[in-house]
Amino acid sequence: MKYAAKKIAAMLFTMVIVSLLAFTAFSLISGDAAEIMLGTQVTPERLAALRAELGLDRPLPVRYVSWLLGFFTGDLGVSIKYNQPVWDLIAPKALVTLCLSILCFLLITTVSIPLGLRSAARSGGPLDGLGTVVNQLCMAVPSFFTGILLSWGFGIALKWFMPGSFPDLGSDFFGAVKYLFFAAAAIAVPRVAITVRMLRGAILTEMRKDYVRTAISRGATRRQVLYRHVLKNSLAPVVTLLAQTMAEIVAAGIVVEQVFVIPGLGRMLVASISNRDYPVVQAIVVILAFWVVLAGTAADIINQRIDPRLRLGGDT
Amino acid sequence: MRRRNSYLTAGLILAGLTAALILLSFFWTPCDPNAMSADRSGPSLAHLMGTDNFGRDILSRVMKGAGATASIALATVAIGAVCGTAIGALTGYFGGILDEVLMRVNDALTAFPSVLLALVVISVLGPGKKINVILALGLVFIPSFARLTRTAFAAFRDANYVKCARLMGAGSGRILLVHILPNVMHVLLPALTIGFNNAVLAEASMSYLGIGVTPPDASLGYMLSEAQGMFGIAPWYAVGTGLVIILMVFSLGLIGEGLQRRNGEAD
Amino acid sequence: MRKKLLSLLLLVSLLSAVLCGCKDGSAEQRTADGQEPAIGSTGETPPANEITVGIAQDLDDSLDPHKAVAAGTKEVMFNVFEGLMKPTPDGDLIPAVADHYELSEDKTTYTFTLRQGVQFHNGEPVETRDVVYSIQRCADDSEGEPLVPALSAVQNITADDTTVTITLDQPNTEFLSYLTLAILPEDYDQQDTAPVGTGPFKFVSRAAQDNIVLERFNSYWGTPAYLERVTFKIMENTDSIIISLQSGAVDLCAHLSTTTAAQLENDFNIEEGTMNLVQALYLNNAEKPFDDIRVRQALCYAVDKQGIIDIAFAGYGHPIGSSMYPAFGKYFDESLTNRYTPDLEKAKQLLSDAGYPDGFSMTITVPSNYQPHIDTAQVIVGQLAQIGVTAEIQLVEWGTWLSDVYAGRQFQSTVVGVDASNMTARALLERFSSTAGNNFINYNNAEYDALFAKALASFDDAGQTAVYKQMLESLTENAANVYIQDLADLVAVRKGLTGLQFYPIYVLDLSTVRYE
Repeated sequence: MKYAAKKIAAMLFTMVIVSLLAFTAFSLISGDAAEIMLGTQVTPERLAALRAELGLDRPLPVRYVSWLLGFFTGDLGVSIKYNQPVWDLIAPKALVTLCLSILCFLLITTVSIPLGLRSAARSGGPLDGLGTVVNQLCMAVPSFFTGILLSWGFGIALKWFMPGSFPDLGSDFFGAVKYLFFAAAAIAVPRVAITVRMLRGAILTEMRKDYVRTAISRGATRRQVLYRHVLKNSLAPVVTLLAQTMAEIVAAGIVVEQVFVIPGLGRMLVASISNRDYPVVQAIVVILAFWVVLAGTAADIINQRIDPRLRLGGDT
Repeated sequence: MRRRNSYLTAGLILAGLTAALILLSFFWTPCDPNAMSADRSGPSLAHLMGTDNFGRDILSRVMKGAGATASIALATVAIGAVCGTAIGALTGYFGGILDEVLMRVNDALTAFPSVLLALVVISVLGPGKKINVILALGLVFIPSFARLTRTAFAAFRDANYVKCARLMGAGSGRILLVHILPNVMHVLLPALTIGFNNAVLAEASMSYLGIGVTPPDASLGYMLSEAQGMFGIAPWYAVGTGLVIILMVFSLGLIGEGLQRRNGEAD
Repeated sequence: MRKKLLSLLLLVSLLSAVLCGCKDGSAEQRTADGQEPAIGSTGETPPANEITVGIAQDLDDSLDPHKAVAAGTKEVMFNVFEGLMKPTPDGDLIPAVADHYELSEDKTTYTFTLRQGVQFHNGEPVETRDVVYSIQRCADDSEGEPLVPALSAVQNITADDTTVTITLDQPNTEFLSYLTLAILPEDYDQQDTAPVGTGPFKFVSRAAQDNIVLERFNSYWGTPAYLERVTFKIMENTDSIIISLQSGAVDLCAHLSTTTAAQLENDFNIEEGTMNLVQALYLNNAEKPFDDIRVRQALCYAVDKQGIIDIAFAGYGHPIGSSMYPAFGKYFDESLTNRYTPDLEKAKQLLSDAGYPDGFSMTITVPSNYQPHIDTAQVIVGQLAQIGVTAEIQLVEWGTWLSDVYAGRQFQSTVVGVDASNMTARALLERFSSTAGNNFINYNNAEYDALFAKALASFDDAGQTAVYKQMLESLTENAANVYIQDLADLVAVRKGLTGLQFYPIYVLDLSTVRYE
């Protein structure tokens, strides 16, 4: 438990730095939100009034702290473009992105672990080389291109879903999940390839170890050893990789949401960047980063449950 | 043993082919890549890959575009690798408070997914400029290189031969550069190929979002996203550009695979 | 075994978190009347009488029609709001909220009689005080420039139960077209987020960066709309638009490129209208080298309009020669279009006369979200290279373009389309008078200023038209900008839908669209 506490403390620390980076970056470069809001109609008096209204006249550290607390109270400031509380704007979109990320994560896990095992078990076989080539090919296709191909194939040719009509999550949850599944698949293809490759590598390394040879010499079959001992020991690096995958999912999601016209954080982010709507950009960036850090910490803690050796080592 | 080398060989041949095409494009392209005309057509003898929406020869543009993409990716990886290795060397070798602080910042930076961080940097620097795309992506790649090399440098810090060198009075700089760096290379090389590929794909994504390289000097990513909009009438455009991107990334991927297998570690 | 259980537990808890979390997803719908929108509008099989329209960008800022600036916002909200007068597809003005009007002998006093039984979308009847409030709101200059500058001509406005009387300081032939400004209810303060007007459609909900929903207003005074419900869906990417149209998710989409339209010919009728924009290579006349008329003329000779239209727009589009588009038949002068026939020798000669025998380098700033302008700029770059001018395209985001180019005037040249906010020549030409706040090209020509003053002071229509035509000629002669074309507006309409009408201004009227 001490280990978990330590990891969580480190996570909180990282989150503070993340938010600090995001906050300072945007406060320093974005210039004055009030100025952007007023646009061409700017006069000194109006500027001062609006600055006071937005709380921009307070010193930077005070603004940072109140903004950070906003993640708990829901007060993240006001969108420059929409003139609405940032929280109200992004909360529904955050749910969509969360669903997409989780769906994609489940897809990657459920597909890549069996594939990785299979690939490792048949290592050296006649199809091994082909597998590696297919694997590398999967990693070489940009996810937005996969997205387009899926839309054409499953959306327009097979009519399994209707690209461009994302159902409302609240009223048609399963329809929405079905729709998101195709977007998740577009994101998942290269990640599955990476994970399979990683798992395969980890298993093969493990298989060369002495205890495996001992077990086999004692009469256990390769297969038994693989499932009883090796898999468990090879999972740790894979769990770490899967946690990093969360970052990749979020990144690819930004692009794929665009392809599939999904109203998530990614599209909101890209639009807000072109609108120079920095309060929104700031909030989305930090939420996505928090999400990634959280996944990383969860992976560390799970890893430590799987592999007690880490309890002693402390840092991975 | 035989197969390990065959990945490397196949990768090197494909990459060499791409590189040759790119080099050739500096001196010669089949047509003027920017010459426009009103005729749009599929692949023919005059235009091997057909023409795009402005009637420009796609093959010529793909050759030029591949050059642009490769130069962006190379510059990006160079920034990431040099800065990352420097940070990794310092923190890994010296450790201490510097290590703690830099690694925490590193953690925080890793928390921003690649395209997200690049988007943020671009939105700060201003979009549409090649140099900004390179800077943004380069910055994104620093943390992963730093983390990777830090572990390697830390491992060698207490190696016997390093201790010897230190006893013989070698300075830290010399030890890092001359004694440890060559040994770190085997971790660094595959990471470079992966980094290159990620840069190509990330640039493509950014172009798709409309914040990458801008026309008329288009990168492959920009051309692919443009080509997707006319998939129905000019599929050869998307297919041609897509294939070149895939070829580029695939060949480097094979090299990386080969290198790793030669190192005898498959992860 | 324990580990398996653990991971299973983790999965289940994650899933349930999703399920719980997603329940309140509909909270993002904002409604005009505070009620939940009809559930199942997007989820279940759609009722037959509704369509989805694809638009390329989200509506701007506030939905308040008086504050809206983006053409894309006005285009959509045209369906929700009306003024005393409203434009027709032919370019005329007909009474809307007003039933009829009378103009006094001295042409300075307008008396509008309100139409009986006109209602706002919230059920309140339109009263004269609402009209007075709406006009005064746009004329209010207490906080700087009024929302509609031309309304400063209003000297007095009075009302009784059924009539509104507006007195001007002097006759103004264009005044009526400003009265297309939206009539809003006086005691209602949520126009920003839940607008209320009198148009054939009422606003239902908006989800930022996702969609806008309108519904037929059943108590509309005129011919009611055919469609019960219209959803505007925001799609930024051309490929998403194409796929959504082909999958059946979107039924109608305007402003398509020729390449996009060509892919849709099987399932859609492609209707061709005009964008009603003045697309040009706008030159910052205060910046070197464009402060020299010879340089500007050289560019005009170097740029081949028809070539641009042929290469980038497959022949669709109407070349223009000044700040006026053909739909304004009254002012459009075809002869100006070919004032500068492409002539590279002449262009080079003019350049060397101006002191640039070897050409020069320039930057063309283009907003990145407008593909037609990017395409045009790309062809221009090629054409300018022929006279030794090296042009570089700089793509900027729309927000940056607005602040740096349009408001800040920090640019060399830019390719955009300028639209008219209402159906007057003034809407297009006032911006080039040297003192105009929106004179973003810094055009400064004493003769032009004098002509504009004369146009404002002229009270008979024919005389004024003649002066406006002189102004257009002056812009051409002085090569204020390199005028290119009025873009063709290609609209994909799903087969089976009919009744779309094109207007001489940038709007998308859905009230006449119906299923066959």
